[in-house]
Amino acid sequence: MTWLIDLLSGLALLGGVFFVIVGGVGLVRMPDFYTRMHAAGITDTLGAGLILLGLMFQGGWTLVTAKLLLILIFLWLTSPTASHALFKAALADPSNSQPLLYKEPPSSNS
Amino acid sequence: MLRILGLWLFCAGLWLVLSGYFNIPLLLVFGALSCALVVFIAWRVEKADPEDQPLHLKIGPQAILYWPWLVWQIVLANLDVAKRILDPKLPISPTMIKLKPTQRSEVGQVIYANSITLTPGTITASLSDGVLEVHALTQEAADSLLEGDMDRRVTALERSNA
Amino acid sequence: MFAATALGILVCMVLAMARALLGPTVYDRIMAVNAFGTKTVLIIAVLGFMTGRPDFMDIALVYALINFIGTIAVLKFIRYGDMGWPRNMPDEPDNF
Repeated sequence: MTWLIDLLSGLALLGGVFFVIVGGVGLVRMPDFYTRMHAAGITDTLGAGLILLGLMFQGGWTLVTAKLLLILIFLWLTSPTASHALFKAALADPSNSQPLLYKEPPSSNS
Repeated sequence: MLRILGLWLFCAGLWLVLSGYFNIPLLLVFGALSCALVVFIAWRVEKADPEDQPLHLKIGPQAILYWPWLVWQIVLANLDVAKRILDPKLPISPTMIKLKPTQRSEVGQVIYANSITLTPGTITASLSDGVLEVHALTQEAADSLLEGDMDRRVTALERSNA
Repeated sequence: MFAATALGILVCMVLAMARALLGPTVYDRIMAVNAFGTKTVLIIAVLGFMTGRPDFMDIALVYALINFIGTIAVLKFIRYGDMGWPRNMPDEPDNF
């Protein structure tokens, strides 16, 4: 039974690390501030969620798991609030650039 | 009165989980007293702030159905955005759209806006006078929001509360 | 396993730090520091399991709280130039 829990937690941790790193890459790669926020969202939601889930498997039915669950709930409640505040502040600042918007490409190549 | 008692019970439960002391009477009494202090301060703040409205959230069948659905949507959106970030061509098409949420209460609209922001690929830019401005990373994400599936589910959640 | 996880989080912290240093606007930097803080919470939790000290979870929880409050406070400071009174209130508090 322990190997199953270890396997599940290892998979969750691996997936979490994958999403965390993808979020970091997106943070560097994206062209403007507004699109970077979406990349930061990946790390905040599924990256953090999967890593904490993997740790919860290791913690078992203890207070540690309850605390990890609290951390997760708290992160998922506050990260949209912080994102929204940041986005709104950036959009309202006249010295800041407006978001890049997608335009239909003139030719068929994407 | 019931709300104050509920707040105290919530604080006490949180205190128990965070401290982990279950059988030392002195510390339990201290915990109960500090929860009472928190409830007293909250009551004073509520009296001073006329804008404050108590949050009414009841757990109904719709609420239990909504959160797993939201988590599943978050997983799907994460996979989509991760795929686009790792694609060498970076196939993104940022879009700003306006939405009209159908929720009546402010709590419902806030839940909807927060759900949109929590889903990667879409961020709520502003919520005023019942109009949501949403920035989407891709046009597909914007289109799926315009279809209004999430909006309907949050409205159903709100109905079950009322 | 925990060491590998911690290493992955550290890589992402380096990327976030790069964005904080490069970031053309102040909002880029705030966002990068916010992401950095989220990853700090994760790495504290992972380190707690790695070294067998579950007390670290409390620190992680408090760090998550401080990270959120800090982001909002910095945003408010940039928007208004101070952390002072709410805009729609009189300057002199008389009934508190």
